[in-house]
Amino acid sequence: MEFFVTLIQVLDSTIRLATPLLLACLAGLYSERAGIFDIGLEGKMLIAAFFSAAVAAVTGSVWLGLLAGIAASLVLSAVHGLASITFRGNQLISGVAINFLASGLTVLIAQSWFKQGGRTPSLFGGGRFEPIEFPFADAVSDVPLIGPIYSELLSGHSILVYVAFLFVPLTWWILYRTRFGLRLRAVGENPAAVDTAGVSVVGLRFAAVGICGILCGIAGAYLATALQAGFVKEMTAGRGFIALAALIFAKWRPWHAMWACLLFGLLQAIALRFQNIDLGGVVIPVQVMDALPYILTVVILAGFVGKAIPPRAGGEPYVKER
Amino acid sequence: MTLMKSLMGAAAAVALTAGAAMAEPALIFDLGGKFDKSFNEAAHNGASRWAEETGGTYREIEMQSEAQREQALRRFAEAGSNPIITMGFGMADPLAAVAADYPDTTFVVVDVTWLDAPNLRQVGFAEHEGSYLVGMMAAMASKTGTVGFIGGMDVPLIRHFGCGYAQGAKAVNPDINVVANMTGTTPAAWNDPVKGSELTKAQISQGADVVYAAAGGTGVGVLQTAADEGILSIGVDSNQNHLHPGQVLTSMLKRVDVAVYDAMSAGDDVETGVFVMGLAQDGVGVAMDENNAELVTDDMKAAVDKARQDIIDGNVKVVSYYENDSCPALQF
Repeated sequence: MEFFVTLIQVLDSTIRLATPLLLACLAGLYSERAGIFDIGLEGKMLIAAFFSAAVAAVTGSVWLGLLAGIAASLVLSAVHGLASITFRGNQLISGVAINFLASGLTVLIAQSWFKQGGRTPSLFGGGRFEPIEFPFADAVSDVPLIGPIYSELLSGHSILVYVAFLFVPLTWWILYRTRFGLRLRAVGENPAAVDTAGVSVVGLRFAAVGICGILCGIAGAYLATALQAGFVKEMTAGRGFIALAALIFAKWRPWHAMWACLLFGLLQAIALRFQNIDLGGVVIPVQVMDALPYILTVVILAGFVGKAIPPRAGGEPYVKER
Repeated sequence: MTLMKSLMGAAAAVALTAGAAMAEPALIFDLGGKFDKSFNEAAHNGASRWAEETGGTYREIEMQSEAQREQALRRFAEAGSNPIITMGFGMADPLAAVAADYPDTTFVVVDVTWLDAPNLRQVGFAEHEGSYLVGMMAAMASKTGTVGFIGGMDVPLIRHFGCGYAQGAKAVNPDINVVANMTGTTPAAWNDPVKGSELTKAQISQGADVVYAAAGGTGVGVLQTAADEGILSIGVDSNQNHLHPGQVLTSMLKRVDVAVYDAMSAGDDVETGVFVMGLAQDGVGVAMDENNAELVTDDMKAAVDKARQDIIDGNVKVVSYYENDSCPALQF
């Protein structure tokens, strides 16, 4: 029974940790499926985290904060789009630049606005996303097995968690069941064919980068206003890169992305819960768990477990006439 | 030719005197950044106090990556800054490499005590003694018999904190359960409040009702979550009681500001050698102010005062983690 309680707590933590990964991963999915590599996920999340916390702190409304976060992330997306779509620059370099830009800008603006050493004031009351309790969550919590799962694991997260998980089927539906999705995937595989069909490659790619910006914005706002109560410099702590690893691990597919993020979240949750794991005499140090997401990604990339084939036109700017 | 020589000699002499006249201290912050509400901010406070009182100026830089350390040291030394005050154990190796090249410059390093150079002032803190006191308070405040410790990056210094804390807690209640976690093994562990929150939640679910965060910026998340979940927390380095009034039991003060202030006040002729500031020198201590007045009972105050005196007198020995790289009271 005690094991079960621990398991529920670890899974609960998994969901909290996987949510920002999932949002960033889906953001990358849209962008990369359209042929725009985006290693600036980290930077977009960071700037969204800052602006959501800053606006929420000033206005006291977390919803305005969320909007500000999304807007800030969209601005960086536009920069990325301008550099890599319009001016056909190198997508990786543009992404790196965005990460540096966000890392510097956030602390600079925070220091100039709030004078608290690159952080925002602590949020309270309406400035934070509160956990949502499902109906009857308290009532059924004593029911064995199902009770804790319902009241502990599923209930009691902030609304952004549920939004993130709803985005998974929505993304699947958009990508595989709509005309827009078909074109989006096509533009990442063979933009010339899309262009020949009379559809704007540039327009589609900008749309994909825009969706990427919105999702990164939500991810950043989740970090700063739901998980935490304010912005701290570099608070994304590499989550954008783990999300990229998850995207490769999932081979650029939405449902797989969810499972990959949950797996990576679970690894983090286990690493946080148990410092060293004793498996019948063999002690696994916590560093192994921290490194596992990257190790798994390398294994996948090396082709040991199936093949991870990125969208064919990924990374290449589209030029109409050569 | 001779004219050229004397000209150059004169120029060099002018440059030298100019350098000596303008010898202003320099301060190099560690990776956590100047405003980490903790270790580096304490250094900043000490330096600002010196600047305000004396009207002096100083140069400063925040480290952004490991690679910058040696470069920053050399640049300040070449520019004639003296003394050059550096923060954190990460400076040990760069200093060992650089100090001998600038024999006329005095380097001050906080948190390093093991180097061997004639122009080095090494200031260490007996963090285990201060942590011992907050550990006692944690054990006295705990109702569940479980207290938590959350460290930043897993380095001996942080284990040193945790070790003193566990010894203090066990001195009050030998049966107490101390849960200890480290945030990570990379410098990112100093600035990951999200992980700090999750660690706090994990420790709460293991029964902890007082958590001690020795984790730089990550501690902000620890203190926040502790306040949200209605348990007590203990801050570190600077006085963090004001972050969540009435919900932070106390803070383990490490008077980095005093160390920096003293070094800057002494200026060029700052004394070199190894200095360890413990309870006796007021280098470490516990923070008592109006924000935690309601949380600290008279019993706690009496116990802490007695323990402080006992440690200073040598009646109680707090084992340092550095002595044999292990802790008698806590398994990491």
